[in-house]
Amino acid sequence: MAALIEIAGLTKRFGSFTAVDDVSFRLDKGEVLGFLGPNGAGKTTTMRMLAGFVMPTAGSAAIIGHDVIAEPVAARRCLGFLPEGAPTYPEMTVLGFLCFVARIRGYAGRALAKRVAEAIALTQLESVRLQPIETLSKGFKRRVGLAQALLHDPPVLVLDEPTDGLDPNQKHEVRTLIRRMAPEKAIVISTHLLEEVDAVCTRAIIIAAGRVVADDTPAGLAARDPERRLEEVFRAITIPPSLRKAA
Amino acid sequence: MRQALIIARRELDGYFATPVAYVFIVIFLVLQGTLTFNAGDFFGRGQADLAPFFEFLPWVFLLLVPAISMRLWAEERRLGTIELLLTLPVTEGQAVIGKFLAAWAFCIIALALTFPFIITVNILGAPDNGVIACGYLGGVLVSGAFLAVGSATSAMTKNQVIAFVLGVAISFVFALSAYPVVTDFLDRNLPVLAEIARRFSVIERFQSFAQGLIRLPDIVFFASFIGFWLFVNAVVIDHDKAS
Repeated sequence: MAALIEIAGLTKRFGSFTAVDDVSFRLDKGEVLGFLGPNGAGKTTTMRMLAGFVMPTAGSAAIIGHDVIAEPVAARRCLGFLPEGAPTYPEMTVLGFLCFVARIRGYAGRALAKRVAEAIALTQLESVRLQPIETLSKGFKRRVGLAQALLHDPPVLVLDEPTDGLDPNQKHEVRTLIRRMAPEKAIVISTHLLEEVDAVCTRAIIIAAGRVVADDTPAGLAARDPERRLEEVFRAITIPPSLRKAA
Repeated sequence: MRQALIIARRELDGYFATPVAYVFIVIFLVLQGTLTFNAGDFFGRGQADLAPFFEFLPWVFLLLVPAISMRLWAEERRLGTIELLLTLPVTEGQAVIGKFLAAWAFCIIALALTFPFIITVNILGAPDNGVIACGYLGGVLVSGAFLAVGSATSAMTKNQVIAFVLGVAISFVFALSAYPVVTDFLDRNLPVLAEIARRFSVIERFQSFAQGLIRLPDIVFFASFIGFWLFVNAVVIDHDKAS
């Protein structure tokens, strides 16, 4: 069976700057990949290439066998994508926005109403469904972005910082949601929160300066530190040895 | 086409969700009305036609139409929603066409609201309504031409003011290209280009509509003009959507 996500030798250069350097991995059903790395390491650029928004300089990415460059629309049908910062149209209501996304995704009539209602229920947006998005708090906006990504129950989910700006209770809800969906999907989440990796991920990839520097299970990563602290492992891997003393 | 229409509908709703639509329509009607009645001497000239109305229409469009198109892509870039839109299962071409159609539909709504002029001339005299319909068709095409230019300039920046100014400037060149300012200069220096410039004049082609002439070359001109600028729009989006 083809992997749900397959990335091979993915590279992106902006001028002379290499943002993503020869990243490869594949993800099967049931896996939740935590994508870790310092700011500017290339996490968002990698996810954008996977979603077909940024053209890779070299390498390839495919979602369920659909190459994101050769068959962009087919690839995007199988993908739920939460872009960085969860952008949404501020003047639209939550309901109007989700109906728009559902229509673009090919739903109509009763199926559309059902999909939208499910997405609203999953992300607990019932109380604000008729409010313009611009009037919502950061946590609600993030959940609207999440609802949009989950709406069509896609086999592949790519979520760029899904819990950023949520309070601890909301974070817990989103993590529970991800764990519940995990067996049926391949999920990539990028995050700065190491406890999140521990809580939801079956696998963690750490990238620094565009390169994959670690690809392991969260437990395997933690085992690299004598005291099993992920934070120490993260620092050891992502900060070059020459700088470590000073830090 | 279905995808383009869904995008167009969202975009059109977006105009009416903010005061932009109402401000635009009011300003357009006031400006067009003032120019027609005062500068155009609508009543004083004693003729039952809309010649003064159509004389000013393309110039009012030149100023106001880029204000409609300026937000189409610049706003998506500023809000980051371009990343959302272009990672949905739509092609860039569908997104470009959808947005253009929304802006065009909006212009057509604004133009349709000038209907009291038609009623007025019909009460006061017996105008040739065929000529008037023809003029309106020309107006729709001119607004489409300027919108296509503005849509392309909007794709080039995330700053709406820059998109507006560039849109007006480029449209102005095509509006003016048959006027002596441009043609005299070209006749003296580059006579080859002068003839070409005349053919690219949006306003001259509009004037034949306003006189009641629907000529195939004019229709083809507007269709290719709009098509060309939408193509530029799509190329710009494809080239640097992420920047």
